[in-house]
Amino acid sequence: MEFSGFKAINQLDFQVRPNTVHFVIGPNGAGKTTLLDVVCGKSQASEGELTFRETYNLKKMTENQIVHRGISRKFQAPSIFEQLTVYENLEIAMKQKKSLFSIMKAKNNQVDEQKLAEMLELIGLNEEKDNHAGSLAHGQKQWLEIGMVIMQDPDLVLLDEPIAGMSKTERTRTGELIKQIAKDRAVLIVEHDMEFVKEFADVVSVMHEGQLLAEGSMEEVQQNPRVREVYLGRKVD
Amino acid sequence: MQKAIYRTVFQNRKLVLCILFLALLLAPLFLSDFRLNLLGKFLTFAIVAIGLDLLWGYTGVLSLGHGIFFGLGAYCMAMYLTLEARGGRLPDFMAWSGMQELPLIWIPFQYPIVAIILGILIPAAVAFLLGYLTFRNRINGVYFTILSQAMVLVVTTLLIGQQNLTGGTSGLTNFKTFFGFSVNSSSTQTVIYLVTVVMLALVFIGCRKMVKGRLGKVLIGVRDGENRMRFLGYNPSIYKTFVYTISAALAGLAGMLFVLQVGIISPTMIGIIPSIEMVLWVALGGRATLIGPVIGALFVNAASTGFSESYPDIWTYFLGALFVIVVIFLPKGLMGVINKFQERSKQINVTNVNKDPNSVKVGKNISGI
Repeated sequence: MEFSGFKAINQLDFQVRPNTVHFVIGPNGAGKTTLLDVVCGKSQASEGELTFRETYNLKKMTENQIVHRGISRKFQAPSIFEQLTVYENLEIAMKQKKSLFSIMKAKNNQVDEQKLAEMLELIGLNEEKDNHAGSLAHGQKQWLEIGMVIMQDPDLVLLDEPIAGMSKTERTRTGELIKQIAKDRAVLIVEHDMEFVKEFADVVSVMHEGQLLAEGSMEEVQQNPRVREVYLGRKVD
Repeated sequence: MQKAIYRTVFQNRKLVLCILFLALLLAPLFLSDFRLNLLGKFLTFAIVAIGLDLLWGYTGVLSLGHGIFFGLGAYCMAMYLTLEARGGRLPDFMAWSGMQELPLIWIPFQYPIVAIILGILIPAAVAFLLGYLTFRNRINGVYFTILSQAMVLVVTTLLIGQQNLTGGTSGLTNFKTFFGFSVNSSSTQTVIYLVTVVMLALVFIGCRKMVKGRLGKVLIGVRDGENRMRFLGYNPSIYKTFVYTISAALAGLAGMLFVLQVGIISPTMIGIIPSIEMVLWVALGGRATLIGPVIGALFVNAASTGFSESYPDIWTYFLGALFVIVVIFLPKGLMGVINKFQERSKQINVTNVNKDPNSVKVGKNISGI
C-alpha cells in the first residue's frame, strides 16, 4: 500500500504493511484524521497518488467502491445503527453483495451464521445479540462498530481513536481485540493515548503539520530528536 | 377471560389482522352503498400511506409530494373512463377548446389494460427519474422535501394550465362504464371495493415481507446513518430511489382505485394540501410500522368525515387539534400506544407464567408487528 505525496496533507509519503498494527500519532491539526478521510474516500486528495495493493487507484473511487476493494473505516464517534439489534448491525455490515437485488434476496447460509457467531464471540457481545444496539454501553458500541468493520473482511482497517472515552479495562480489551484482528490484515489507527500506543503498536508514524516526522517502533520514535522537539518532548517523559 | 382476550389481541397481531381483513371483506353486507364507498376511498388512502411509510418511516425520505403520484395514477384511469364514457367522441372540454381530434397522449388510454399499466408505470417512472437525479447528487433531507413540495405545484399548475388536455380546474368526471360495467351501479362498486381491500392486503403483505428481510434493515441503516452505510459498502442513493419508485407506484395504484370509487379527479385533490395530509396519516398512525399508517389513514379520514358531518363549520379545528395532540403526546403515533400496551401485556404474562424473572427477557425488541 502506498500513499505518495498528497498536497492536502502536504507531501505525505507512507506505507502500511500487512499484519501490522500501525499507529499514527501527532498533535492536534497534524492531519491524522484527514489522512484517514483521504484513504477511505471521504475527502479527495488534490494531488498525488493513492494506491492500494499497487493495482487500485483509490482516488477515483466512491466510498462504497473503496469498501469493496478491502478498506474499511471506523469513525471516532460510534456510528452504529441504534434501532437495529446487535446481530442485525453485524448482518448488514457482513461482507456480501450489497447491490439492491442481492440484498432483496439475502438470507444467511451456515457459513454466514458461523461468521456472525464468531464475531459476536470476538467482540464479547454474544449475550446482547438480540438487544437494540442503542441500549449498549459506550465501550460495547465501539466494539460493535469494530466488529462491523471486520465483518467486511477488509485487508486494511482504519480506526479513528477507538479507545476515546473508554475505561481502563475497556481499553485493554480493545487493545487485545485490535491485536486479534491485525493477525489477518493491516490496521491503521489514529490515537492520542500514548500508553495505549506504547502497549500495542508495531509501527508508529508521527505526523506534524501535515508532514511525516518519523516512523518506526515506539522506542525509535521516542528517541527521534525532532519528534521530541515538536511533540513527544512536550507530552511524554 | 378478559385477560385472555387482552393477551390474544396484543400478542397475536397476525390473527387480529386476519380478522380485520375478513371484516373488511364482509363490510358490503353491513354498510350502505354510501358508507361502503367512503370506506373504499379511505382504503385507497391507506395504500398511499403504506408506500409513504416505506419511504419516510423506513428509509427516512420525507416526500411532501405524493399527491403527484396519486394524481398520475388517478388521471390515467380517469382518462380511460372519460374516453369510454364519450364512446369515441371527443371529451367536452376538448371540443370546447376547439380540438378536432384526440391528442396523442390520450390515445393509449382508449384501452383499459394499457391505462391500468400506465397508471402504475408512469408514477413509478417519474419517481425513478426524479429520485435518481436528486439522490445521486446527494440532495437529501429537507432539501429533497422542499423539492418534492415544489413538484406538486409544478404538476398542478400544469394540469390547470393545459385545460384542453386535462380538463383544467374541474378535472375529469362524468364516467359511465369500466370494462363495460356501469361504474355507478352498486354491484360494480362492491366489486371495486373488494378489489381495493385485496390490493391493500397484498400491498401490506408485500411491503411487510420487504421490511422484515435484510432489505428492511438496510433501509433503516440508510435512514439512521446514510454515510455509515456508504462506508459499509452500500450505495444509499440506489436504495432510496428504489423505495421512492415503489411508493410512487403504490400511490398510482391507489389513485386509480380512488377514481373508480369517487368518480372524479381534479388538481385540487392532488395538490399541496392533500400531499401534506398523506404524510400526516403516517405520522399519526406511527412511522415504520406499516400497519400504523393504514390505521392513521382510516382514522383521520373517518374522523374528518364524521366531524364534517356533525360540525361542518369547525371540523377543521378538530382535525388540527387532533394533530397537535398526537405530535405532542404521541410522537410514535397510535402504534406507539399499542406497542406500549403490548409490552405491558407481555409483562403480565411473564409474571403470571414465569416466576423466575431472569429466565425471560421482557419488553426488548418490540418493533412493528
